[in-house]
Amino acid sequence: MAIRVVSAESMPIRASDDVVLVRQAVRKKSIGLGLGLVDQTKVVTASSELARNTLDYGGGGMVHLELVENGTRSGLRLIFEDQGPGIANIELALTDGYTTGNGMGLGLSGAKRLSHEFEIWSKPGEGTRVSILRWK
Amino acid sequence: MERIPILKMGEFLLVTIQVDMHDRLALTLQDDLTSQIVKHRTHGVLIDISALEIVDSFIGRMLASIASMAHLLDAETVVVGMQPAVAITLVELGLPMKGIRTALDVEKGMTALRAAMLEGQDGDTGSLR
Repeated sequence: MAIRVVSAESMPIRASDDVVLVRQAVRKKSIGLGLGLVDQTKVVTASSELARNTLDYGGGGMVHLELVENGTRSGLRLIFEDQGPGIANIELALTDGYTTGNGMGLGLSGAKRLSHEFEIWSKPGEGTRVSILRWK
Repeated sequence: MERIPILKMGEFLLVTIQVDMHDRLALTLQDDLTSQIVKHRTHGVLIDISALEIVDSFIGRMLASIASMAHLLDAETVVVGMQPAVAITLVELGLPMKGIRTALDVEKGMTALRAAMLEGQDGDTGSLR
């Protein structure tokens, strides 16, 4: 069944303070959706990893927070996008411990593990778009 | 500039992280804490994270670096008060919190620090984890 977007909101990610604001907004949406504490913590943590990636590797960008429905299920979808350098080898970027920066290389793979659905699109020179979804 | 307070509590230093830290604040804490360890010649540091609603890979890495730096300065670190939801998430995230001692609360953390210091006196000093 197709996913229907119930509500959507966008936020910029331009500085490290914005990562904090994204975490807070995601927490609020998770509570609104009725997620339990552990699920809230998972989705907020995943959002923190991806927001930092957008900032550090993408040179800043946007996050779109969407409450979605799929028949009887409802969920929270977060789409992070930047117009940065892009990722040449997505498979490699999804490997635990792989990093081109000075992080731990857990951002993408960790966010994927913490989500029910995960999609990534990236093209060198054009940017990156990562979408995660957590169903209630 | 915003800073996380570091309190001297008897022979130990206590850091209570109560705000949703942005990355710069976390790095400032690293600098401040290592200076305070040397200034007070302390052998034990307690980091209370009971107010932290999440620990992501950045904060996890900061805690691990603080523990390593403190160890080089002859101080042990115990992270106390991690929320259960945070522990569950950290494992799923895949964050290796190796080399970090933890305790359920500040009191148990102090007991662990005293035990670690006694162990140190028995001869196993200066070893790198």
